[in-house]
Amino acid sequence: MDLSTKYLGMDLKHPIIASASPLTATLDGIRALEDAGAAAVVMASLFEEQVRAEDTAYAMYTDHGSLSQPESGSYFPPLPDYDRGMSGHLGTLRQAVEAVDIPVIASLNAVTIDGWVDYSARLEQAGAAALELNVHFIPVDPAMSGQDVEAHYVEVVRAVKRTVRIPVALKLSPYFSSTAHMAHALTGAGADGLVLFNRFYQPDVDLATMSVKSELHLSTRYETGLPLLWIALLAGRLHGSLAATSGVEGAREVIKYLLVGADAVMTASALLRNGLSYLQSMVTELAAWLEEHGHPSVAAIRGQKSVKQLDDISELLRAQYMHLLTEYVPGRLAA
Amino acid sequence: MPDVQSAVMDGNTAAVHIAYRVNEVSAIFPITPSSAMAELADSWASEGIKNIWGNIPVVQQMQSEGGAAGALHGSLQSGALTTTYTASQGLLLMLPNMYKIAGELLPCVFHVAARSLATQALSIFGDHSDVMSARMTGFAMLAAASVQDAHDLALVAQAATLVSRVPIMFFFDGFRTSHEENKISIIPDEQIRAMIDDELVRAFRARALSPEHPVVRGTTHNPDTFFQARETVNPYYERLPGIIQKAMDDLAHMTGRRHQLVRYSGDPEAERVVVAIGSGCEVLDQTAAHLNTRGEKVGVVQVILYRPWAADAFLAALPKSVTAVAVLDRTKEVGAPGEPLFLDVLSTFAHATAAGTWAAMPTLIGGRYGLSSKDFDPAMAKAVFDELKKPSPKHGFTVGINDDVSHTSLAVDTAFDIESPNDVRALFYGLGADGTVGANKNSVKILAHAPACFAQGYFVYDSKKSGSSTISHLRFGPKPIRAPYLLKSASFVGVHKFDFVFKQDVLAAAASGATVLINSPYGPDAVWNELPRNVQQQFIDKKLKLFVVDASKVAFGLGLGARINTILQTCFFALSGVLPRDKAIAAIKRETERTYARKGADVVKKNFAAIDSALANLHEVKVPAIADGRPSPRNAIPASAPRFVREVTAVMMEGRGDTLPVSAMPADGTFPTGTTRYEKRNIAEQVPIWEPDLCIQCGQCSIVCPHSVIRAKYYDRTRLVDAPASFKAVSINARGYPDSRYTLQVYVEDCTGCGVCVENCPAHSPDDAKIKAINMKSRLDHLDMERESIAFFEKLPWADRTRVNFANVRGVQFLQPLFEFSSACAGCGETPYLKLLSQLFGDRLQIANATGCSSIYGGNLPTTPWTFGSDGRGPTWVNSLFEDNAEFGFGYRMAIDKQTEIARGITEKLAPLLSEDLVQAVLAAPQVTESDFHVQRERVAALKAKLATLDDADAMNLLALADFLVRRSVWIVGGDGWAYDIGYGGLDHVLAMGRNVNVLVLDTEVYSNTGGQASKATPLGASAKFAAAGRTVPSKDLAMMAIAYGNVYVARVAMGANNEQAVIAFREAEAYDGPSLILAYSQCIAHGTDMRYGMKQAARAVASGHWPLMRFDPTMRSRGLNPFRLDSPRPRISLEEYRGREVRFKVLEQTHPAEARHMLQQAQLAVEERYKLYEDLASRDGSRFHPHWQEL
Repeated sequence: MDLSTKYLGMDLKHPIIASASPLTATLDGIRALEDAGAAAVVMASLFEEQVRAEDTAYAMYTDHGSLSQPESGSYFPPLPDYDRGMSGHLGTLRQAVEAVDIPVIASLNAVTIDGWVDYSARLEQAGAAALELNVHFIPVDPAMSGQDVEAHYVEVVRAVKRTVRIPVALKLSPYFSSTAHMAHALTGAGADGLVLFNRFYQPDVDLATMSVKSELHLSTRYETGLPLLWIALLAGRLHGSLAATSGVEGAREVIKYLLVGADAVMTASALLRNGLSYLQSMVTELAAWLEEHGHPSVAAIRGQKSVKQLDDISELLRAQYMHLLTEYVPGRLAA
Repeated sequence: MPDVQSAVMDGNTAAVHIAYRVNEVSAIFPITPSSAMAELADSWASEGIKNIWGNIPVVQQMQSEGGAAGALHGSLQSGALTTTYTASQGLLLMLPNMYKIAGELLPCVFHVAARSLATQALSIFGDHSDVMSARMTGFAMLAAASVQDAHDLALVAQAATLVSRVPIMFFFDGFRTSHEENKISIIPDEQIRAMIDDELVRAFRARALSPEHPVVRGTTHNPDTFFQARETVNPYYERLPGIIQKAMDDLAHMTGRRHQLVRYSGDPEAERVVVAIGSGCEVLDQTAAHLNTRGEKVGVVQVILYRPWAADAFLAALPKSVTAVAVLDRTKEVGAPGEPLFLDVLSTFAHATAAGTWAAMPTLIGGRYGLSSKDFDPAMAKAVFDELKKPSPKHGFTVGINDDVSHTSLAVDTAFDIESPNDVRALFYGLGADGTVGANKNSVKILAHAPACFAQGYFVYDSKKSGSSTISHLRFGPKPIRAPYLLKSASFVGVHKFDFVFKQDVLAAAASGATVLINSPYGPDAVWNELPRNVQQQFIDKKLKLFVVDASKVAFGLGLGARINTILQTCFFALSGVLPRDKAIAAIKRETERTYARKGADVVKKNFAAIDSALANLHEVKVPAIADGRPSPRNAIPASAPRFVREVTAVMMEGRGDTLPVSAMPADGTFPTGTTRYEKRNIAEQVPIWEPDLCIQCGQCSIVCPHSVIRAKYYDRTRLVDAPASFKAVSINARGYPDSRYTLQVYVEDCTGCGVCVENCPAHSPDDAKIKAINMKSRLDHLDMERESIAFFEKLPWADRTRVNFANVRGVQFLQPLFEFSSACAGCGETPYLKLLSQLFGDRLQIANATGCSSIYGGNLPTTPWTFGSDGRGPTWVNSLFEDNAEFGFGYRMAIDKQTEIARGITEKLAPLLSEDLVQAVLAAPQVTESDFHVQRERVAALKAKLATLDDADAMNLLALADFLVRRSVWIVGGDGWAYDIGYGGLDHVLAMGRNVNVLVLDTEVYSNTGGQASKATPLGASAKFAAAGRTVPSKDLAMMAIAYGNVYVARVAMGANNEQAVIAFREAEAYDGPSLILAYSQCIAHGTDMRYGMKQAARAVASGHWPLMRFDPTMRSRGLNPFRLDSPRPRISLEEYRGREVRFKVLEQTHPAEARHMLQQAQLAVEERYKLYEDLASRDGSRFHPHWQEL
């Protein structure tokens, strides 16, 4: 059974990639994922704001009391040139690239253009096989239009692509007026692939403490709808790879994403929920399903259910909706 | 000829640059002001920098200078070229070994940044008291007067010691030379190499111990031979001056810089000459040159080789025309006919005149100057030359002070000024935290960069650990700058905090027409009206130019916080015109990048932005012709303050302590307590403000407050009748007190703004968790109201101590802190323990305090924090030394026990004359609870009243001793540097002696006061000075070592983790009739963590098992119970979670990642094992411990 696939120009032995999560934050975690059979890993994101906050704190802590008292000019031995916020991450990436044979994709979440450029260059230097831009941009400024937001995304991609030679994917949010237009604009700007979709931390209010809290729950298969829709619509019509993420509970979701045209499928929640060994069982199930259904390879089913293959686009867009309504029985869904 | 490089460095760096290269082993112990030499050597070794033989020297920190000297001695005996760096008491601890080393003719050089010895007080500053105390050891003594000399002569010393075999004490003036930044020529390594003869090194090694050719040294002699053996060394010393001069000549041959054993400068036919040692000679030299241009005939003799005394060289250097000589000593030998140098000069003249080699005895006087870095300037130098003109000049004079007691001082014409008109002189008043000193050090480097430019920087600090202020003295000019004294006139004055204009005379040194730059929150249109009238008048009178920049606002906007330095530095360069503007900005950026690369790229970028935006915010202010501002609101000392505070302390607080006469000072070092309350430093921008309605009155904010600024009282509601409107009060939430009101008062003017209280407050608004019962708010917005409230709060009585529950935190808040408003760092982890100590036992408390942070914030003038209550009672406190603190406190106990015994004996004897019931009650009184003490004090008062009526010698004796009938609480306090290292031997002995002393170790796990050197409390894997690559062994478990005795009460406590357990432990320790040891976890800036969250970090220390809480109470054993109680649960977070928040652990992840991981794993295992051990001990039954000693 040929499970191989190509993602961002990289040959993968199968389509299941461990997406950015605490599991991919450490060398041990990345090693364990390779052992568990992941085709590739996306390392946990490097957050510009976190790096900057850590840099600021470091500067403050190491400065405290320095050159202000007669008995001591400083409170630490001579410190090396500081690169702590980056260096830990880069060190792990560097070690991981050396330690494993599968591609290690770096993930970056920056906030400034300087940050996107500087950090992506450093990640490339550290040996990342590819770069996943994890853009988490909330346009809080009412003066900012939708077009401005879109332009910002395009600018980020252009800036990074000018900087690095490795493939660049953009992990996209689903919240665009025209996702397809945006997807094309981004690949047009140089993105080598898109990852659909990003999930954001969202605020909540804790009524016990009356404080705002922020949580991210593990994704469930009920979240596969949007990615399925947009991968189906984009697959084969876009210059670049498509990776699916969100709601991969098992091999079933992997298969669905492949059917709508994903080149690769990413998962973190399933592994966090079931342990790393679950990855291999997903691969095995995928192979078994293909065999059972008489498909010789992953390539054979990829995009079967994408829009390009469908005679009537409305099957995907509205038919399901109509079907649901016509067969609706009060109370059934609630049960 | 190798390239000669010049560089800006301080004297310490200049000396150790040589010492490191010509030695193989350094055995050291940190002590101000020499610590930097050892630290640099250590850091170079850790960077792998090699000496001239291509190997990396070993730098080993020892437990004390005594230990360092012993190790050094052993290393020399074993054939390694060995050195050390020390000062002051450290040198004294080395004396025994110095005699041995010299007696055994072991060649080596000790590098000493000469410093005062502790006498009536400790001083970290410079003079020659230490080196003069070592002049009998047999070490040769070579003295440098400048940074360049500190560099050159260090090499001369090493070359000469190897030739002569005589060890050399090479010294220069602490701070004035050790810390002065100046441009010097660096001796290239090839030339250093050329100065050291390897044949001599091999000969030294050949003499070393070896079982291959065994010898015995260190024998014990008898009266028959000791004397003769002692005289054997004379030829070595006779040869030494010639050897040193040859080394000097060799160096001169290579570098062109000529040195002499005794250097004369001045008129070749001088009549009046001053003799001195050290940096003062530079001042004398410049002054003499100036006076000679005015037709005087004066000269200066600088003694460079002091021991062995080179009488021939001295006489040869001196013009024959000399008729009057003054000898200046930077030390004091009480009771001697003169100070050491004077006596040497006197004997030289006496011998020479007697022998006929010198025509006639000149007029000869000796005097003292510059003790403890007292500035010695040209005006003082002139006063000495002038004194020699008098028919009967004063011998035993002092210069630089006003001695109105013994009338030794010379009059000084303070208007005398010889500063070069070609130099630019700039004075900067900054805050420690604003980076001014760092920027000025960079400015010196920038300005000295060009070949024909020279620069000098000297930095004066106060000794406050929070809100400290600094004064930078900078000189720039076209010639080498030899002016080791503070600026008297400046063409540029930078005032980096607006408030300084109210607190000190910042314009006193502003020269006519000088430029003044003020960091001002008020713009160019508003600033004039905000200046006090006296300052305005100075602007007008001196025709000063005024510029303002709101650097604080710019820095804040850029995320630089308080670091305004690069902004002000840019403005300085622009205004002073010392460099073309573009060139200056490029140079500032270059130095900024060099400095801040260690802080991260982000910090560099922010500073670049600050530099770029500085000039746009710089504005000139047109100085009006009339001074119409408000009078300066000087720190008003209330009339109720003691006279000493009003007349002496207040002067010191204004920075005018130099003007105080001798009579203002106590003769025996005794000062009043409770003076910090008058300082009102107002250093915090944000201060905690109480929300009465949210407060649950738990006392948690109060107990953790490091500066005792949060106080609670409860009182009858009727007292609120006169309360000002701003005064806050609520009903007390304890049941049964319907008429009682509760107030939590924040002393906002004394607060450092650390925020620890807010983070420790458990109560918050039900509507918004961010709003707590105490919140940080603008001090300025609340100042007036809070002042009124504090004044009223002060009038309310403190709670009756017999009615306060001492057992918990809630109760403790009602006890008056008798340790308040110290100068400790904001968020200090040590001071809450001291405050607790003062609250619990303050009126019976006698403290022995080891040198260290706690002796600095506890006893550094002008004001001190230990105070007294309304009955006048309070802690009495002495700092003896660093190394002897346990023994010193033990001495307290012996004296107290003895006098108590005598008092009890006389009381018993006098029973027939006194009331039998009273005597019985006094002698049998239990003294454990506060009520016990209250009643006993009443009994003792009654006893004293009765005694006063008796005309009886015993009665009079008992009257003098009756206070001992109230049990006194002896506490021995110090840091881990003392308890684990330098004082450990004494501590161990004292704990083993069984007497009732209480030891409180403020354990920061590092030497905090001297700047973060590793102690044996430093944890495995922590990075510290002398353990830059991480400490490789676990910290000493001092608790278990003390527990091993069985009779010592031991506790590990950690405020922030369990405040109640700390309270209990303090009380149990004090109540225990035997030795007690409390190890108190104390977060510190040397940990590299956010001090605001220090208490939370302490909680993590406990939660991770890093600092398990326990108590070992031997009295439990006497009741058949297990004395070991484990007070913290099993580790519930990883050690990494605790360590990940501190730079001391994190830095290793960057420098040595593999080792860091390994050490973390090891430390995790060690922590788990220790907890298991504690758990095992806690789960035993009582029979498996030592029997209680008092049962035996």
